[in-house]
Amino acid sequence: MAKLNILIAGVGGQGVVLASDILGDVALEAGLEVKKTDTLGMAQRGGSVIAHVRIGEKVASPLVGEGDADILLAFEKVEAARWSGYLRNGAIAIVNDLSIPPLSVSLGNQSYPEDDQIIHILGHRATKLTLIDGSRCAAETGNPRVLNIFMLGALSLLTPFIAALWETVIAHRLSPRILHINLSAFELGRREMLRILDGMPGEGGCAPKTQDGGCICHH
Amino acid sequence: MPFMKKLLSGNEALALGAYHAGVKVAAAYPGTPSTEILENLALYKDIHAEWSTNEKVAMEVGMGACYAGVRALVSMKHVGLNVAADPFMAVASTGVRGGLVVITADDPGMHSSQNEQDNRYFAKFARVPLLEPSDSQEAYDMMALAFDISERFDTPVLVRTTTRISHAKTVVEITGERTASLLPARFSRDPVKFVMLPVNARLRHPLVEERFVKLAEFSDSCALNINISGSRELGIVTSGIAFEYAFEAIPLASFLKLGMTYPLPEKTIRKFAAGVKKLVVIEELEPFLEEQIRAMGIAVEGKSFIPRVGELNQDIVSHSAAEAGWVGSSGGPIKDGLMDELRDLPRRPPLLCPGCPHTGIFSILSSLGIRRKNRANDEGGLVIPGDIGCYTLAAYAPLEAMDTCACMGAGIGQALGMEKAGLNDKVVAVIGDSTFLHSGITSLINAVYNKSAMTLIILDNRTTAMTGHQQHPGTGFTAQGEPTTSVDIMGLVRSCGTDNVQEVAAFDLKGLRSAVKRALDSPELAVLVVRGSCAAITHKQGEALAVDAMKCNQCGICLTLGCAAIRKERGRFLIDTQQCMGIGCTLCQQLCPQKAIGLASGKEAANG
Repeated sequence: MAKLNILIAGVGGQGVVLASDILGDVALEAGLEVKKTDTLGMAQRGGSVIAHVRIGEKVASPLVGEGDADILLAFEKVEAARWSGYLRNGAIAIVNDLSIPPLSVSLGNQSYPEDDQIIHILGHRATKLTLIDGSRCAAETGNPRVLNIFMLGALSLLTPFIAALWETVIAHRLSPRILHINLSAFELGRREMLRILDGMPGEGGCAPKTQDGGCICHH
Repeated sequence: MPFMKKLLSGNEALALGAYHAGVKVAAAYPGTPSTEILENLALYKDIHAEWSTNEKVAMEVGMGACYAGVRALVSMKHVGLNVAADPFMAVASTGVRGGLVVITADDPGMHSSQNEQDNRYFAKFARVPLLEPSDSQEAYDMMALAFDISERFDTPVLVRTTTRISHAKTVVEITGERTASLLPARFSRDPVKFVMLPVNARLRHPLVEERFVKLAEFSDSCALNINISGSRELGIVTSGIAFEYAFEAIPLASFLKLGMTYPLPEKTIRKFAAGVKKLVVIEELEPFLEEQIRAMGIAVEGKSFIPRVGELNQDIVSHSAAEAGWVGSSGGPIKDGLMDELRDLPRRPPLLCPGCPHTGIFSILSSLGIRRKNRANDEGGLVIPGDIGCYTLAAYAPLEAMDTCACMGAGIGQALGMEKAGLNDKVVAVIGDSTFLHSGITSLINAVYNKSAMTLIILDNRTTAMTGHQQHPGTGFTAQGEPTTSVDIMGLVRSCGTDNVQEVAAFDLKGLRSAVKRALDSPELAVLVVRGSCAAITHKQGEALAVDAMKCNQCGICLTLGCAAIRKERGRFLIDTQQCMGIGCTLCQQLCPQKAIGLASGKEAANG
């Protein structure tokens, strides 16, 4: 593979940084070069959070360039739209079907975009756009906080890394107390994504296949 | 032997590198993006790693440790070096015994800072060597060399990172292990070196200049300065993270990548310049390299095209280089009108957390009648000089209850200045516990001494919250987790010379309101200490509250708290049960005039 640029977007508190750390470790364990950088400091305070993860044989800048992201994994809809300017033409977006209206919306100063508008914005460049019911699925495991691991499960199908490697890294990262529920969430994310991919009309090219190894790298 | 590879942040790599290089004492005050350096060093129980009360003290601790012959590390964010500048300049003069490495983590783009000063100038100012890593591997490798240079040349060494070095994670091959051959601490008296009476200091200055000449020679042979040969058409001199952006944007050029950026390797630069048709400098922030190279009489371009303001990235470098004619056009950004559509998306700035102990007091300050006067620019209002911490977020709507934020501890002095200027408004200075201990105490003594009548509010959440909950002298624990004496803030305030001090509970709106009113009416200086634990470390989350839709009349007063758990969706008010701190907070419940907010379980109000 040449290079894989992934953005993970969300709201402070949703676990974006942990998700990007796990993705980075998975790529490292697979023997690849990785650089990653994310919003820190104020991330915990409910603000907009973005993580850049770059994977390849040789990576210089830790930042994904504008128009250079292959995959956008978003934990919230408006955050997906916000970072869409980083997508390359033909990118893939996996978006958790969740709205968290910012305070400016509650105060009536700004409005939260309708789904149509978000799909339109992402559709400029993303040729595959998946709205996934992550928050509901995560809640079904008994702990809504596992959303980030569920989303990684969905993402994992689009990467060249096998499930066992992801699970090993997750086990290494998380405390045994919460490991089981997170591994369930990971598996649930994979199954949900697989179900969606099966239903997706194939468009050829570098579209993901339904098995591990279905890589969508470009360049 | 195969080496271990790990994905480490620059800060983790610096800490590991320093540990392997035999550091014995490490001192710091938390500050983004530098905090994790000391946090990681604190995990090693065979060294002393401390949170100092401020950066000046940290520098003095490092100074003392290196005078005693051991290797010492001091780390801080860029503006922290302003606080520590006095001892930093002093130790640059005296030199060291054991190695002393000072790490400054700059913040181009101001992700979490009040300015984006370029601290490379501190090396020039103090005439000390400067090293700049470009990724975590270099950060790890550089620490051993930094200590060696310090001891070999009898000087503190400044290592400068930026946010994208400190916080980015890159792969590190861990090749070293803890140096075992540490010398025991020993102080050999040498008054001419260590006692900076003018008579001795005058003898040190020529030595600093001699040292500089030797360092300049060393820089020319330093392995950190690397020539990467490429096209002879364009030669790029660069350092730090700017190298990564430039290498990504213009990979075919020739590069002189400098790891030691002060003193500059003049011979190396001349040789490189002679070998390329055009010489340019690509650096973030100030033209630190460019001006020095031009002063050598070498024709060079740089800041006339590369922005001086903000963070760089490969897109900016690529665009600027094309504009300058250094390279052909890259085609620029995708032109599909997308960026215009993004402008109207609702913004999501960081907020005080649900259950934050700062929300109540700022809600009170914001709702006072005299504060409204101030908003309307009428006289006789309430001015609120603020300070640095999570509570600075109270400057945002809807609270808008902070009028200034400059640097650590500035609010109290500013408040006194405003009062003595003859302002017709009431002045209330607001400061957090960690910031008060960092640099508010002397300002409070000054205010008492100069007969101020201000109100001072100390927000005591028992942690250094904004930087990620570090211990401080008021928490009762050291950086390495050991129980210690905890500063009694009430007693401390009294000892500064005022008995007009009152403790108030952070989640009691009535109590807060009457205490603020009393303080404002007081003819003399009044201090309120607002006590409440930081929501982000109060793991015990109380049962969530809910809005009873039958009772709610949509007045929206609850939204004035700026609580992220309260939302208005499709005309209805609701509370996010996952975020709400419930009975641990209840500010919205106390505020609701309709009594429409109660426990979600319905013990006090039915769940609408």
